Amino acid sequence: MISFESVTYRYREGDPPALDDVTLRVEPGEIVAIVGANGSGKSTLALMCDGLLVPDEGRVMVDGLDSADAASTWEIRSRVGMVFQDPDDQIVGTVVEEDCAFGPENLGVPSAEIRQRVDDALGSVGLTGLERREPHLLSEGQKQRLAVAGALAMRPRYLVFDEPTAMLDPECRRSVMGIVERLGHEQGHGVLLVSHDAADVARVDRVIGLRQGRLIYGGAPGDLLADADLLASLGLALPPAGRLAAALRRLGCAVPVTALDAESVVAALWP
Amino acid sequence: MASRALEGVSLALEPGELGVGLGPTGSGKTTLLRAAAGLLAPTSGTVTVDDRPAAGRGSPRGAVGLVFQRPEAQFFAPSVEEDCAFGPRNLGRSTEEARADVRAALRAVRLDPDEFGSREPWGLSGGEARRAALAGVLAMRPRYLLLDEPTAGLDAAGRAAVLAAVDVVRAGAGLLVVTHDSDLFLGRADTVLILRAGRVAFSGGVAALLEELPALAAAGAAEPPEVVRAQMLARERGAMLGGRLELDPDAAAAALARAAGGGAS
Repeated sequence: MISFESVTYRYREGDPPALDDVTLRVEPGEIVAIVGANGSGKSTLALMCDGLLVPDEGRVMVDGLDSADAASTWEIRSRVGMVFQDPDDQIVGTVVEEDCAFGPENLGVPSAEIRQRVDDALGSVGLTGLERREPHLLSEGQKQRLAVAGALAMRPRYLVFDEPTAMLDPECRRSVMGIVERLGHEQGHGVLLVSHDAADVARVDRVIGLRQGRLIYGGAPGDLLADADLLASLGLALPPAGRLAAALRRLGCAVPVTALDAESVVAALWP
Repeated sequence: MASRALEGVSLALEPGELGVGLGPTGSGKTTLLRAAAGLLAPTSGTVTVDDRPAAGRGSPRGAVGLVFQRPEAQFFAPSVEEDCAFGPRNLGRSTEEARADVRAALRAVRLDPDEFGSREPWGLSGGEARRAALAGVLAMRPRYLLLDEPTAGLDAAGRAAVLAAVDVVRAGAGLLVVTHDSDLFLGRADTVLILRAGRVAFSGGVAALLEELPALAAAGAAEPPEVVRAQMLARERGAMLGGRLELDPDAAAAALARAAGGGAS
């Protein structure tokens, strides 16, 4: 379990806190979305999960290890994989398999096992067959999937995604979100998904909402999606299909608040 | 064996017009903008800006502003105001004139110049930084403004601010926006260009696009906006929708509710 216990953090002394008394937990097998406007503290929270930032007050624990304890740093980083917004910031290898092997090599994993880990990781993101491809020849969606594979090759128990689909076109978004769901619900990783896309929110188990560093919502996606004022205060706008669904509800049609794509809106009208 | 990033593309944009370029990643959208800005010269064909070549000798200096993807990665000055003033100063404007341009540009992107002008650009949130970077290009008062994925990664307020800036700029300049955010920009486009593997899959107005979308989507040449896709899916299920597809969620909802026999009329 990753747990935040009353965590407060300031980037500079005298600044308002980027995170202010935040308490939360993420269990293996669970997908938790972190939402909030730009500047609400989402990315700060993500960077705290593997000890890249350490709380000023309170503590972050990963499977009982305290992120402030320097002796635990490497163990925590091997348990928590990070994937950031722009895959170009994260790719280091000259070919796909080398990039993917970078993490486990750094952990001192034996080379035979690295091969297995790389094959498994590339397989789970659908990049099998592209092992020798140069990363800059990959599409943006493939690059982001490579970044995910690089994190998976570390065999982490938890994965933290910081807006992994923000730079992608709609088709790539769907493929990356499909991978996120599989990693959590089928492979049992604990997943923390930073997002400000309400369509992503409908597909997770639990949502945590931040505003100016404070936790103002923790609960089911449905309750959040049904509350227009709360959505707005978290910097979220309903996606177009969600606005269509809301307009249909105003016209008396029974369309659920979790219907945020064209398929589910139409399925509600023509079951 | 060089493949062609763009092939046989024609496009015209007048001041006051909004052109929207759509297409998947790798379809040539960014190359199109770079050619329009004169950053690369076409292998064949011509790109002109107000009847002058876009690139090289004789190109009109300062006429075209290009805002790259993630422009906030390019800040270099210690304050927002100084960073934004670099462009207008470089065009030879006086300190006072540049300052006025910067303040107007910051207001256009909904950043209060008194609050944000003195801030360090690196201390801004993601949405503020994007808007400040956009203001840096607006401050040059380009006659044509090219935006590459201006809303990617922005929250609802940031997207609204970018849209507001687009409306301000459009009053006097021509805009070309390439984006995956078709739902945000299509409704106000004068002309739409859809690229697929460097070629034009569609070029025309929004009304023509809505007529052709089902065929384009069936051919894999365009990704319809979600609201339109819902109407197309409803038709596949036998819903009796009128001839016209609607972009606007409220208009689409009215048509769908009627077709579903809901409490519409």
